[in-house]
Amino acid sequence: MSDHTVRAYDDELMEIGRKISEMGGIAETMLTNAIDALVKGDTELAQRVIATDPKLDALEREIEEKAVLTIARRQPMAIDLRALVSAIRIASDIERIGDLAKNVGKRVVAMDGQFAPQKIVGGVVHISDLALERLHRVLGAYAQRDVSAALNVWQHDEEIDQLYNSLFRELLTYMMEDPRNIGFCTHLLFSAKNIERIGDHATNIAETIHYLVKGEAITADRPRVSGAYEPLSLG
Amino acid sequence: MSLYASRRRSNLTAMTLCLLATAIGISWLFLILFSLLSNGLPHLSIEVFTEMTPPPGETGGGLLNSIFGTLMMTVLGVGIGAPIGILAGTYLAEYGRYSKTTPTIRFINDILLSAPSIIIGLFIYGIVVVPMKNFSALAGALALAVIVIPVVVRTTEDMLLLVPNTLREAASAMGLPRAHVVWHVAYRAARTGILTGVLLGVARIAGETAPLLFTAFSNNFWSASLLKPIASLPTTINSFINTPDANMKQLAWTGALIVTLAVLGLNIVARILGGTKKQS
Amino acid sequence: MNEKISIRDLKFYYGNALALKGINIPLYANKVTAFIGPSGCGKSTLLRVLNRMYDLYPNQHAEGEVLFDGRNILDPGVDLNLLRARIGMVFQKPTPFPMTIYDNIAFGLKLYETLSKSELDGRVEDALKRAALWSEVKDKLNANGLSLSGGQQQRLCIARTVAIKPEVILFDEPCSALDPISTAKIEELIDELKHDYTIAIVTHNMQQAARVSEHTAFMYLGELVEFDETSKIFTAPGDSRTQDYITGRFG
Repeated sequence: MSDHTVRAYDDELMEIGRKISEMGGIAETMLTNAIDALVKGDTELAQRVIATDPKLDALEREIEEKAVLTIARRQPMAIDLRALVSAIRIASDIERIGDLAKNVGKRVVAMDGQFAPQKIVGGVVHISDLALERLHRVLGAYAQRDVSAALNVWQHDEEIDQLYNSLFRELLTYMMEDPRNIGFCTHLLFSAKNIERIGDHATNIAETIHYLVKGEAITADRPRVSGAYEPLSLG
Repeated sequence: MSLYASRRRSNLTAMTLCLLATAIGISWLFLILFSLLSNGLPHLSIEVFTEMTPPPGETGGGLLNSIFGTLMMTVLGVGIGAPIGILAGTYLAEYGRYSKTTPTIRFINDILLSAPSIIIGLFIYGIVVVPMKNFSALAGALALAVIVIPVVVRTTEDMLLLVPNTLREAASAMGLPRAHVVWHVAYRAARTGILTGVLLGVARIAGETAPLLFTAFSNNFWSASLLKPIASLPTTINSFINTPDANMKQLAWTGALIVTLAVLGLNIVARILGGTKKQS
Repeated sequence: MNEKISIRDLKFYYGNALALKGINIPLYANKVTAFIGPSGCGKSTLLRVLNRMYDLYPNQHAEGEVLFDGRNILDPGVDLNLLRARIGMVFQKPTPFPMTIYDNIAFGLKLYETLSKSELDGRVEDALKRAALWSEVKDKLNANGLSLSGGQQQRLCIARTVAIKPEVILFDEPCSALDPISTAKIEELIDELKHDYTIAIVTHNMQQAARVSEHTAFMYLGELVEFDETSKIFTAPGDSRTQDYITGRFG
């Protein structure tokens, strides 16, 4: 893509792109730290995760303001218009991801003292690894405007769902096994749910990248795996 | 600072020279007007407009027959020349604008515009006076018409060319036939300009002497006949100024003043009309 | 959708210079079609072919077909005055005729129709109302058309065009000399007019094309680069040249 005739316009768009990358980095760190805190029962680290969230909120607001200003000032068309709309959407997704990581941190703080056996925590770590990798790849795809990488993330969203589904059953088993497990298993379950939601937001971002580059929504069908997470069927 | 000082100096020098040149040019006009007024004004009286030209050796008399002759031939000349000139100018600007012959016609018209008027007088002498075997008011009017035509052709064409093409396109875009576009839109927009051209034509011929000498000749008596020689102000001035008779010399000065004021007045009216055109 | 005008393989020459290199575009009935592209791309030329305005000038000719209700208007036998009465045009600069506001409109009408004074009054009023100018000029119909403001003059020109009941109206950069409020009024007007007329508009203002039209054609160097629905052209154009142009990356 060649440059705009008005160079300040390029600068504005690049500045917004940089802010998104910054947000992405912060969100990744938040998630990593939240899981670390969960594994180690590190309340202090969890507090740090919670304290980082306002920074992400501020960045999101900043991106939105800049994008709105650019729309007002430049009347963007086509790719530029899509870039700005995408930036607003992705910033909002990342902000939500930050909220969800913060929620995990809050769980850790709430679990204060209760120590979860590594065996039980392992499933949550696994799902969060997967979500983290997804997030990392989708942010990379955004930076590179790489549709195929984004599509790849999008197509594999079911993996996290499935993993969450099995983790749900597993935690259920622990709770039935011993009522004393119910406390921290519930916390873990909510944490896992938060992480599963992070995967959904990564998928949203992948969809936005597709719109940004191609100018249209993804029309292909996502591979649906039968027996995916349907909590009511478990009743 | 020295840069600005030298610029100011050269500016001042150039301006002084220009003003000087202008002053020299204008001063002749004022000298002419002054001598005309000082020689002609004292004897400008109602008799000048009501009495015939006197024979030599008498006192009194006026220029009635000359003034009437000039008026008649001017009106006739413009009456014949202006419509022809307007139609020809319209052809050049509207219909034949992109024709290959138009530049040639325009060139020939420009030559006619600057042709010495005495040549035009001789031409009319050849084709009208000789076959009809006498000088006549008609021949004089025709000679004046020939002088008016190129003036009006030129101004009509120029004025029509000044009408923006967008106006013509707008009218054509409504499906108006060409004649309507010209008549209702182009003429309306160029109206005052064309009128100015006609007035300038009048001013031009009102003072012509040379072409009348060979066509209308002159006449010391009252005549309103188209087919007889007729007096006119310029020819009367021309003959009276060369006589030794003081009274006739005096009438010549007065006549010259009348012609000059009339032409000046026409020019001023034409300028004012042209000026209001530009404002709108 | 019904094609009111179909431009087929249209080539246009200024002398020997090829200005339109084989254009194919439909103009759909009761829709607004916008033509965009950099200066000299041929969009105005194309518009001037549609009412054969080029016939006023020597050494210009068109090849190909422009079907207007199925009939080729490039045929030599076409009555140009009738054609131009059916395909009206509004120009870049407002061009009121040097006459009263009333006459500006009545004058074209009187040529085509024999109307009584009251019928004529009614048609003038109707045309001025359609051009959203009536309330502003109804008390000064005898004022000179040139005494109006630029935006009013342009609406007078639209009223004049509408008065003779054309089927298609061509707008050649109608707002380029107007302030934003006047521009908005003209755009609102175009939106109204499309219920009764087929409209083509040439504009340099891309936002305007995006606002007023259903279809947009992007032209470049005498060629049609892209023709599509306006919503598609301005959000996700198919051709990279269109994209570069509308996003301000040209050249």
